Amino acid sequence: MKKLLILSGKGGTGKTTLSSSFIRLSQSKAYADCDVDAPNLHLMVDKPSLTKRESFYGLPKAHIDKDMCIDCGLCFENCRFNAIDTAKGYNVDFYSCEGCGVCEYVCPVGAVTMGKAVAGNLLLYRDDKVFSTAKLSMGFGNSGMLVSEVKKQLDEEAVDAEFAIIDGSPGIGCPVIASISGVDMVLVVTEPSLSGISDMTRVIDTANGFMVNCAVCINKYDVNLENTEKIEIICAEKNIPMTGKIPFDAMVVGAVNKGIPITDIACPAGKAIRKVYQTTMKIFKINNQENQNE
Amino acid sequence: MKIAILSGKGGTGKTLVSVNLAAVCDNSTYIDCDVEEPNGHIFFKPVINHESDIKILIPVCDNDKCNGCRKCVDFCNFNALAHIAGKLMVFEDICHSCGGCKLVCPEYAISEKEKTIGKIKIGVSEGTNVISGIMNTGEEAGVPIIDELLTREFNEDDNVFIDCPPGSSCAVMESIKDADYCILVTEPTILGLHDFKMVYELVTIFNKPYGVVLNKCTDEYNPTRQYCVEENINILMEIPYDNELGKLNSNGKVISRENERFKNMFGMLLEIVLQAVRK
Repeated sequence: MKKLLILSGKGGTGKTTLSSSFIRLSQSKAYADCDVDAPNLHLMVDKPSLTKRESFYGLPKAHIDKDMCIDCGLCFENCRFNAIDTAKGYNVDFYSCEGCGVCEYVCPVGAVTMGKAVAGNLLLYRDDKVFSTAKLSMGFGNSGMLVSEVKKQLDEEAVDAEFAIIDGSPGIGCPVIASISGVDMVLVVTEPSLSGISDMTRVIDTANGFMVNCAVCINKYDVNLENTEKIEIICAEKNIPMTGKIPFDAMVVGAVNKGIPITDIACPAGKAIRKVYQTTMKIFKINNQENQNE
Repeated sequence: MKIAILSGKGGTGKTLVSVNLAAVCDNSTYIDCDVEEPNGHIFFKPVINHESDIKILIPVCDNDKCNGCRKCVDFCNFNALAHIAGKLMVFEDICHSCGGCKLVCPEYAISEKEKTIGKIKIGVSEGTNVISGIMNTGEEAGVPIIDELLTREFNEDDNVFIDCPPGSSCAVMESIKDADYCILVTEPTILGLHDFKMVYELVTIFNKPYGVVLNKCTDEYNPTRQYCVEENINILMEIPYDNELGKLNSNGKVISRENERFKNMFGMLLEIVLQAVRK
């Protein structure tokens, strides 16, 4: 299964709007939401019925047995995450604990145990289509691990699908890196603001660092034509294909609030996204053929 | 006083609100905790007077001392170590720097070296102190940088505005931990509302006083406003969708410094926030 991942660096540039449109236009049989911190794709696509809901266990969390603790302070001294709270005896700050197990190891009286902790939910929607998604519990780390589970589930459930469309998360950290691993191409959707440009450059550098090809499209390009031109120049210099420009369109908010892909509505943004889709898929297919020939 | 600005969803206007509040406030410091994609410095263009690298410790193995027992490999919960062909391999990018491998090694074969994961920059922009954290691309987690950003000492009179990363994960929690007040910025879409509910839950669990700024408001249906009204959530201000605002902001301008209208708007928001904090 070939995978197209949609990223942006900066949040709110239109990843989910674009992903939901691509899923509709391609009639894709497989799609996933890797933005496990703040998943939104489920609000915007046709969901097959929910067939599986599994607890996701992240790394364990330490717990100190008050009765056994001899107040030696070794856990506090050795914890690198400031997760031992000393306000009232020795306690583990649940959210700061990263589950390394050092406190358990150094405790001379065995007062520390490492317990399982549910760090989120992994969800599977399927009929003839497969939609893999997840939600990380509030305040948890381990998002990269959960992203990997979402992708593994997609691979296992959608074995026959030719290709998959994956909605990514903002930023460039662990969930993004876990999303990039194993995809065939990244489409970066950016906006013509200086923030958008800075974030786009950082996410392209990140993807290139993992040897994955990128393409770029610009959302709301007409809000600032000078910055749009800057983006086009940057992409030309980096030899990154541009797959289109989408105008600002007040209809988009209405479509989003109805939970339907913007391409379902006759409007300028929907029309432009159709073009972006066609150009992107052309490059996606050429890339894949080249990879196969190698 | 420390005020954290968060949103759940990206692109709702966290940086817009935090930058402009800091700009209209006296004795203010702006801290950019979105270390993966820091943007505050684009607006403030501060004159930098201090810059330092943020380093974490990464294990190094002396393979002459290593007896191949694999205790470190078994101990590492992050799967950052592997013993292959008589040598210990360290996958630096996924190491959480807990120091466990060094502690468990019976041969004392493991020592640690510093690895730079990003930097912080401190500067001034027209009287506002600007502190930014910038994570290097390819790194997994910026929490150590956020820790460093927030450990600075402040006077009681200082007004600190913390621009948080999107989401509601560990990095966001780290950013709001010491905040006296939280401003939740949201937008009138069901996506904005969905993610707003997450950060709303977060500030409630942490027992932080909070208020909401509704950004990009139009005359159309506003699911987020409706939710706030129904749940009796304090709306601090509604910022209308505004072409001029969007244009100035997209060009990296601090809008309250460019235009009297926006200066008054954020001045008013600051007053409302300060009043809410004093309660």
